[in-house]
Amino acid sequence: MAGETLHEEREELGPDILDRHRAISTIMEELEAIDWYDQRIKASSNAELQTVLLHNRNEEKEHCSMLVEWLRRHDDEFNSHLKTYLFSQGPIREVTASASASPAGSDGSLSIGSLKG
Amino acid sequence: MNHLFRELAPISDAAWQEIEKEARRTLKTTLAARKLADFVGPLGWGASAVGTGRCTSAVAPASGAVEARLRKVLPMVELRVPFEMRRSELDAVDRGAKDPDTDPIIAAAREIAIAEDRAIFHGYPAAGISGICEGRPDTAVQIDDNYASYPDYVATALNRLRDAGVDGPFAIALSERCYTGLTEATVSGYPVLEHLRRLLDGPLVWAPGLEGAVVLSLRGEDFELTVGQDFSIGYLDHDAERVRLYIEESFTFWLQSPQAAVPLVFPDAAGQA
Repeated sequence: MAGETLHEEREELGPDILDRHRAISTIMEELEAIDWYDQRIKASSNAELQTVLLHNRNEEKEHCSMLVEWLRRHDDEFNSHLKTYLFSQGPIREVTASASASPAGSDGSLSIGSLKG
Repeated sequence: MNHLFRELAPISDAAWQEIEKEARRTLKTTLAARKLADFVGPLGWGASAVGTGRCTSAVAPASGAVEARLRKVLPMVELRVPFEMRRSELDAVDRGAKDPDTDPIIAAAREIAIAEDRAIFHGYPAAGISGICEGRPDTAVQIDDNYASYPDYVATALNRLRDAGVDGPFAIALSERCYTGLTEATVSGYPVLEHLRRLLDGPLVWAPGLEGAVVLSLRGEDFELTVGQDFSIGYLDHDAERVRLYIEESFTFWLQSPQAAVPLVFPDAAGQA
């Protein structure tokens, strides 16, 4: 693994932190690759190369999404914030206000959802 | 403010929290089908139907070569149970009372939870819902109040599921009558309920909205509950003494694989079918 990016002694971190480090590092690499692909697709004048790069870039987005989901499942704080902001509508800054509204002003849902498993 | 008009209710934040806490607790205890079926949603109050991928021929709006087909959908049904809370009890919550009278919300939550389960297990023709226990009545296993025999009944149901090519994990939902009877039953000192747990690799679910019992697969993609608005509490009106609220949801249920469940029915229920 990319041990050089650890900022503390490996022995002190434990398996959970190291796994999250692996996930976060990979997400960073995927996002960097997407950024590079964006630029190369824009700069290329060869249509066929653009098509291949576009395909590759979109695969990186899939990889990144899977890792974000893994991170969400292993980080309660991320889980809470992603629930608030992802797939919301309207100005993003106002989503926070809505999420922290008083019970009377909430959307009223008891959020029972699935009880399976 | 949305269609629930909660902001108009003379209820403090602390009292709302108490009402919601009791409702959630009762719903999570009472709801059974949500512990067994696939869940889609919540899609929101604006969702009206679920497409089934099927259609029927329809009369074309114009003559000639025009053909018309009408999409078949499962419409969302809205269930609502009104209830009243005494304002004096809600006021008491703000003073720190830990024992407010929340019986009305508990009763309403239980009633709507049983209604949802009843529709999912036994069908609800008015809403176009076919129930889990209705799909294959020909495979039903007859049961009685001899609870020592239930391991045999469940083993028979499991064989019928496997004969139909249905994989596990398998679970069982038990009505109050069955659950109570099984809780009290032992064979040579061994609890029959524990014997059932060993036959099944899935949960054993108390289902007060169910008649009899049903053994079913949890492999997925057999039973799909789609919720528009999940259980929510809204405001109707109030006077000096009481606040009238309601608990409401919208949902539909799609029985995708009737063969993935084998109902266990009492003879009187079979006679009615």
